[in-house]
Amino acid sequence: MTKGELLINLAGVRKSFRAPDRSDRVVLEGVNFRLEEGEIVALLGKSGSGKSTLLRIIAGLIKPNGGDVLYRGKTINGPAYGISMVFQSFALFPWLTVQQNVELGLEAMAVPAPERERRALDVIDLIGLGGFESAFPRELSGGMRQRVGFARALVMRPDVLLMDEPFSALDVLTAETLRNDLLELWLERTIPTKGILFVSHNIEEAVTMADRILIFSSDPGRVKAEIPVNLPHPRDTESAAFKQIVDEVYATMTQQPTRAIGAAPEPLSLGYRLPEASPYKIEGMLETLVEPPLNGKADLPQLAEILELPDETLFHLLEAGRLFNFIKVEHGDVSLLPSGLAYVEANAAQRKEIFAEHLLNHISLASHIRRILDERRDHRAPEDRFLQELEDYLTDDEAERVLEQVIAWGRYAEIFDYDYTSGVLSLPEEDEEKSETPPAPSETAAAE
Amino acid sequence: MRPSIIPATISFAPEIRPNAWDLVALPLVLAVLWLLAFGGAQMTTPYNIGDALPLSLDPSHLPYYLLRSGMRMGAGMICSLLFTLVYATLAAKSRYAEKILIPILDVLQSIPILGFLSITVTGFIALFPGNLLGVECAAIFAIFTSQAWNMTFSFYQSLRTVPFDLQEAADMFHLSPWQRFWRLELPFAMPPLIWNMMMSVSGGWFFVVASEAITVSGQQILLPGIGSYISLAISNKNLAAIGWAILTMLVGIILYDQLLFRPLVAWADKFKFETTPGEEIPTSRLLTVLQRSRLMGYLGGVPRLLWNWSLPLLRRRDDNLGRPPARRREFGWVDKAWNTLLALVAAYALIRVAEFVKTEVPLDEVWRVFLMALATATRVLVLIVVASVIWVPIGVWIGLRPRWAQTVQPIAQFMAAFPANLMFPVAVILILKYHLSVEIWTSPLMILGTQWYILFNVIAGASAIPTDFKDAGGNFGLKGWLKWKRLILPAIFSSYVTGAITASGGSWNASIVSELVSWGNDTLTATGIGSYIADATAKGDFPRIALGICVMCLFVMLFNRQLWRRLYRLAEERWRID
Repeated sequence: MTKGELLINLAGVRKSFRAPDRSDRVVLEGVNFRLEEGEIVALLGKSGSGKSTLLRIIAGLIKPNGGDVLYRGKTINGPAYGISMVFQSFALFPWLTVQQNVELGLEAMAVPAPERERRALDVIDLIGLGGFESAFPRELSGGMRQRVGFARALVMRPDVLLMDEPFSALDVLTAETLRNDLLELWLERTIPTKGILFVSHNIEEAVTMADRILIFSSDPGRVKAEIPVNLPHPRDTESAAFKQIVDEVYATMTQQPTRAIGAAPEPLSLGYRLPEASPYKIEGMLETLVEPPLNGKADLPQLAEILELPDETLFHLLEAGRLFNFIKVEHGDVSLLPSGLAYVEANAAQRKEIFAEHLLNHISLASHIRRILDERRDHRAPEDRFLQELEDYLTDDEAERVLEQVIAWGRYAEIFDYDYTSGVLSLPEEDEEKSETPPAPSETAAAE
Repeated sequence: MRPSIIPATISFAPEIRPNAWDLVALPLVLAVLWLLAFGGAQMTTPYNIGDALPLSLDPSHLPYYLLRSGMRMGAGMICSLLFTLVYATLAAKSRYAEKILIPILDVLQSIPILGFLSITVTGFIALFPGNLLGVECAAIFAIFTSQAWNMTFSFYQSLRTVPFDLQEAADMFHLSPWQRFWRLELPFAMPPLIWNMMMSVSGGWFFVVASEAITVSGQQILLPGIGSYISLAISNKNLAAIGWAILTMLVGIILYDQLLFRPLVAWADKFKFETTPGEEIPTSRLLTVLQRSRLMGYLGGVPRLLWNWSLPLLRRRDDNLGRPPARRREFGWVDKAWNTLLALVAAYALIRVAEFVKTEVPLDEVWRVFLMALATATRVLVLIVVASVIWVPIGVWIGLRPRWAQTVQPIAQFMAAFPANLMFPVAVILILKYHLSVEIWTSPLMILGTQWYILFNVIAGASAIPTDFKDAGGNFGLKGWLKWKRLILPAIFSSYVTGAITASGGSWNASIVSELVSWGNDTLTATGIGSYIADATAKGDFPRIALGICVMCLFVMLFNRQLWRRLYRLAEERWRID
């Protein structure tokens, strides 16, 4: 498709949320973005990079704190006619039939009943749900539910279609079929939609569909890079050109801010968004890296394929491995560091010791908690104390998640204990008694 | 299936022809309509205070009395529903309204309804002079106050917890507030609302019975109904008549269940947000008949017509583009002023009540009332403990045996609906006959009707213990006390607390009728806040009624805050199976 008029134009968009202590937490900063007629754009980035927020700002569901948000030259003040959205969770009304769900937006526009019905049935047929008009969502499989989600958006004849991870709740095969069906409608211009913007967690999906990929960095979210995909549809995922772009995206996404080679990793701030990575998964990844065929070094798409993990999970593991100084990620390649190798070669008890040592050395939140517990006479501290500290940097939910993560690591490493009922952190009993026995390998206190 | 574009008149013709289901549905619906019209006409007959309403102990009149009582119940239900929809919506939508409406609701639901009756009836009679409708309204109001609060709370909670993604979808597709209410909020709130309606009706029968015999300025008015029949039977010491009344009440409860709630629950199943696999889908034969009947289907088109007609009128017109709407500025001081105003009004009301009470009641009596409330509180606590000791093991035993549970569960729910005050005369006869202590032996009456909530909640909790938990327990040889401590008690704790809260709340209310009971000319009085209020009500002593109500209200709220809410939170956080 040839590019044309400007559909969406964002200039210097800023979004922050008010924290309980009345300070602002910036989610998006200085975001510029243009969506032109005839293009599909994908937004990629770590969770928390604000890409969903950006989508919702364009949808009119969230108001930005600053900057211009224009649709065909007019400021967007709320959900506008002409812009429609598909949700990750489908967001269907379970008590309405497929047809009633699809008619929802038409009802709101007060389209007369006969026309409403005709348009809804046409779209239902188009999206391949013919025969299911009177079914309730609960009778349908995930893939079919998302088809209803698409029908509900498309029946509005949207100019711009927004999609928030539309395929991520579906299994691989279903997602691919639905993706291809949508692409077909788009390429053959069966639908009047002029531009599509979607958020994705799946790099291959983004490269398959999009004409342009925007990669977001976090804290605060901004556009870090833009990668054009100039491949004709349908795209061959096995072709060299395709693989090269996938590589490039992986490399960009794992790229670190430059620092002197050989220098020790900078100490993390307390409020660093620790990645979601269970110790067991980190262990699994390191073992896979050591074993053939990787033998200590891998290309990211290759590692993703062997581990069979979604991109998002993989990025979290990689970041954890990097933070712990077990691995190095550079130019889209990952390689094992000596300490990572030592970890894999150790026995179960030694692994815990190594893990504990790296946790205390590299994750400042963990060493902070441990120090406080050591200093206190009863070696106990309520979790709220640390939550409050974290809330200076993070939203409440995020602070809770980060604390949960460091507790999971700390329990695994046996550097501190946590009691769920009372919400109290304490030193493990052996440490408290100052006994010399090394921590025994045990399956307790491990969070998967 | 494409709709035909043939003109409506032709396409409707075959649909309007009755089918076999109509043969059942039509007479049924007509009969119900006729009964409602007949009963309604009887409610609005001329009446002046002092007129004697004909009331007979002949059992052949009982079906008519049941109709009258049933209609009062229905009217109370409809009022409660309307109140719920308006009040809860207001509270959920407006921050300012919320600040005042929710605390008021919290107080209202702790107020002993029965003590209230004598105050409201005067107003209603003045509203419809010379007509029976005033007294009817007072009775209906009493029933309403027993039903509305929990429904309102449930609806408010639901409105506050509408899933976020559905709210976003509603915004995205430009739903107007009107469309949002009917398409999103009401459907989402429907299952808990209907459950609470059932609980309300179940508790409401007690108040139907208690509210039909009203004392106004020393005159007793007996509205035709089951409750009045009972009080007449009590003053005539007619045991056979009491038996007949109990039987009629059973029929009434069954009819309500079959004709109203079963169809309603079966219909509301589609509103359930999530379905757990393996859960039994509720069915109702009546609903099936109505749904398959053609004429009913035709009638069902009327709401759809109204809906389509309402859409263009109440649509959103803003396309949200272009010039931003003038943003409403928010001032911190508006909030503060509002809070101060509310606090002032509350303080003023409190002072006025205190002044009103002070005109009649000496200070040492106030202290005595507090002691009386303490006596009633002790009764409630002891009774809850006793009922728990009895019913928890039995409930668990039944709940762990699915076949038993299926039989016993409806019976327990039925017992909870059965108005326990019908059984009071029996207790009085026994106490008189064996010269038992009034202070102790009238107490069980308080919990007679409410203990079943403990039983059926425990049954529900025990039967919901996942099979793999039970298997794991068996596998590790978990037995005896350890099994109770590690598996059963934690698993049923949250449903037990729910049951105990209901039982405790009901017992406070019941104390007003159970601490002061009579049979013919014999009246038994137990020391407590309930008998204090009942006594003041009989004498029409408003300052004492006000004092009694306030003190009881205070105690109930303290109980809820200090005990039940904490236990509930504990149950929610710690012992949750998910």
